[in-house]
Amino acid sequence: MAKLNVNGAVMEVTAHPDTPLLWVLREQIGLTGTKYGCGVAQCGACTVHIDGQAVRACSLPLSAVNDSQKIVTIEGLSPNGMHPVQVAWRELDVPQCGYCQSGMIMAAAALLAEKKNPTDADIDAAMTNICRCGTYNRVRAGIKQAAQTRQG
Amino acid sequence: MTLHDVTPPATRPSRRTLLKGAAAGLVVGFHLPASKALAQGAAPAPSTPEINAWVVIRPDDTVVLRMARSEMGQGTRTGLAQLIAEELHCDWSRIVTEYVTPGQSLARNRAWGNFQTAGSQGIRQSQDYVRRGGATARIMLINAAAAQWQATPEHCVAKDGVITHTPTGRTLRYGQVAEAASKQLVPQTVALKDPSAWTVIGTSRPRLDTADKTTGKLIYGSDLKMPGMLLAAVQQCPVFGGKVKSFDAAKVKDMPGVRHVLQAGDNTVCVVGDTWWQAKTALDALPVEWDYGPNRTVSSETIAAMLREGLNASEAFVGNTQGDAKAAIAGAARKVEATYGYPFQNHAPMEPMNATVVWTPTRCDVWCPTQNGEAALAAAAAAAGLPQTACDVHRVDLGGGFGRRTTHDWLTQAVLIAKQVPGVPIKMLWSREEDMVQGRYHPVTMCKMSAGLDAQGNLTGLHMRISGQSILSYVFPNALQNGRDPVTFQGLNPTGAEGQFGYTIPNLLIDHAMRNTHVPPHFWRGVNNNQNAIYVECFMDELAHAAGQDPLAFRRKLMANHPKHLAVLNAVAERIGWDKPAPAGVFRGLAQQMGFGSYVAAAAEVSVDAAGKLKMHRIVAATDCGVAVNPRQIEMQVEGSFSYGLSALLYGECTVKDGAIVETNFDTYNVLRIDEMPKVETIVMPSGGFWGGVGEPTIMVAAPAVLNAIFAATGKRIRQVPIKDQDLKRA
Repeated sequence: MAKLNVNGAVMEVTAHPDTPLLWVLREQIGLTGTKYGCGVAQCGACTVHIDGQAVRACSLPLSAVNDSQKIVTIEGLSPNGMHPVQVAWRELDVPQCGYCQSGMIMAAAALLAEKKNPTDADIDAAMTNICRCGTYNRVRAGIKQAAQTRQG
Repeated sequence: MTLHDVTPPATRPSRRTLLKGAAAGLVVGFHLPASKALAQGAAPAPSTPEINAWVVIRPDDTVVLRMARSEMGQGTRTGLAQLIAEELHCDWSRIVTEYVTPGQSLARNRAWGNFQTAGSQGIRQSQDYVRRGGATARIMLINAAAAQWQATPEHCVAKDGVITHTPTGRTLRYGQVAEAASKQLVPQTVALKDPSAWTVIGTSRPRLDTADKTTGKLIYGSDLKMPGMLLAAVQQCPVFGGKVKSFDAAKVKDMPGVRHVLQAGDNTVCVVGDTWWQAKTALDALPVEWDYGPNRTVSSETIAAMLREGLNASEAFVGNTQGDAKAAIAGAARKVEATYGYPFQNHAPMEPMNATVVWTPTRCDVWCPTQNGEAALAAAAAAAGLPQTACDVHRVDLGGGFGRRTTHDWLTQAVLIAKQVPGVPIKMLWSREEDMVQGRYHPVTMCKMSAGLDAQGNLTGLHMRISGQSILSYVFPNALQNGRDPVTFQGLNPTGAEGQFGYTIPNLLIDHAMRNTHVPPHFWRGVNNNQNAIYVECFMDELAHAAGQDPLAFRRKLMANHPKHLAVLNAVAERIGWDKPAPAGVFRGLAQQMGFGSYVAAAAEVSVDAAGKLKMHRIVAATDCGVAVNPRQIEMQVEGSFSYGLSALLYGECTVKDGAIVETNFDTYNVLRIDEMPKVETIVMPSGGFWGGVGEPTIMVAAPAVLNAIFAATGKRIRQVPIKDQDLKRA
């Protein structure tokens, strides 16, 4: 039995301590917005926030997390999908198939929390998530638009 | 907390709510044993009678548009809705869409036509009948309103879902007359609008399906949950054609969460467990002995040797011929020759293959992401050992397709597993590693280009010898034409609306020495256009250089008979400023090709630093797709196709060792990321009068435009894809 703080709620989960956080979120807690893409921290489809930092949940065992750490998934990023990144994403029609976009949005939100007005180089460095549909240019535009909204 | 604790109690939903649930992002409820609705397998009874197969209007004015083609990110759902709405005159803001099932279509004599979502066909192959569906429904709605008013239909007009009786100004909403409309006679002939009257087609409507993709609410196949569901992890013999010899189930059967250790077919082992992670953990620990079969000795090197032999083989299938190319080249003032190559590549969609299946001795239902519902149904029925009428396939949106999900080896596997656990929902999900080594790959080819130039540098003869795999030989052998695979010659055909060669060359021979191996090839975004465009367009650049001519001017001389090809090429040349110097240190390349019924061209700007590091700054694309249904969607598809095509160019390569694919994940099968993505400028220039594809065509010009720019920057010809390990330092 382990305790986790996910999207503001403390909950108990039963899983082997080696189970990656991704699969605890998806299969124990039922939060399927966080996706499985590679399992080896390459693609970022599983990106969540732990204490505000973007983390790849597929490669973090349950044993490495405790309930003093605040885990936020795409479902908990904002109450009504109104985080500036989500709003910008809808305005620019960023997603295509959408499978990688939970991770993209979580990575972008973490970047904007750290840097209010990220440069192209900041975006290049922070956004290493894989999108196979090729939404990259709209992801970049979305981050810049979200940054503007926040300041405006 | 267990899986079942977080699943809301099943509410005995009808099949219709099952589908709606999936679409709305809810947990899919499932009543076991199979409910009456499930067992019937007939079309669900909607709350409002449909107007026709494509259109249902609810009393609250919600417009339900039915979709036969699948949505995988390419925007077809929105484009098809625009086509129907153009004729339906409904309120765009009230549109929702739903997938029909292939079982429903089968029961109604294929009322929804072709389900295949591939070959950039979703819009262009259904545009006529979906527009007619919209027009027919509009007429029936108007007729119903006129009947209620005892008025003449000709005195009524419909706009934004409201019917107005013009002489009196009376109005009725679509929702108010939908039920009566469903009982109206179906008009036998309908006139579609002239394109000049279009107000929905040609506009950049936002996508209908974006919101749930920003909140994690959209349910993909891999997210499906059903009460009592078990999870399956699989491993297939890593060598194609190999089999399971034995496995030691006892070693893992007591591991946490393990329910079943099974074999599926003759080549796959499987662990079924309470969670996928438990199943996969046990699978990884399962001792398996494989019978690798006859292909254990095949490697990338043996395949390359086979392809090289084909480059000079005497026997070959002819794709396009004019005059006597061999004689013209032999007698030419100057001969130019170059050999190119294109490797196996995995589609690598972000969502690995998956399917959820409930099998009973009398019924089989599948929930899965597929690019072809009807083919999925056929595969499911065959594996289930049941007639298609006792099966159905309930689609969910795809987490990427790119061609991989047009074939259903993974679905067959899932049904063979579910058959061994009757009545229990089984969700089978592949690991990324399984997805990488059990792919259906971009075909491997080499190509020898030979040409003759006269003393003035005019191209007098061209021989293009392709050596390599034929997709149809593996996928649809019945479609071969006396052994010849016409798909090999995409973009190289002398005539036709799909992909005509854009140059007139007095002596031309394009032929194919078919050389197949055991690694299965498949349709892959762009398909054979990808390598064909590299072979032709990079060699054109070589010829221009050999002739001492500008690459644009050299091409133009050969394109007088191909005005649409030339128009897109001219458009990108003009936008990039071909006739003006590039910025310091930046170099340019061009390419054009016709594919999937559209004419496309690209102009790239790149730089290569002293260390040989490539930077792709900017690519201009032009597409003439005849009719542009949604220009913003087209821009997105151009950007996406460039990302996919440039990823293939920079990194895409699956190698073979001991008969198996070597690359198992994104650490060894790298793909393009945001920092390498160039700026993309898209010129959408529909010339009207035909319907071309959009999802794929532009992919084919990305790589050759960049390769030609790399030559301009470095003086080096890169003739083998991918670039990744090749030295780009200036020659």
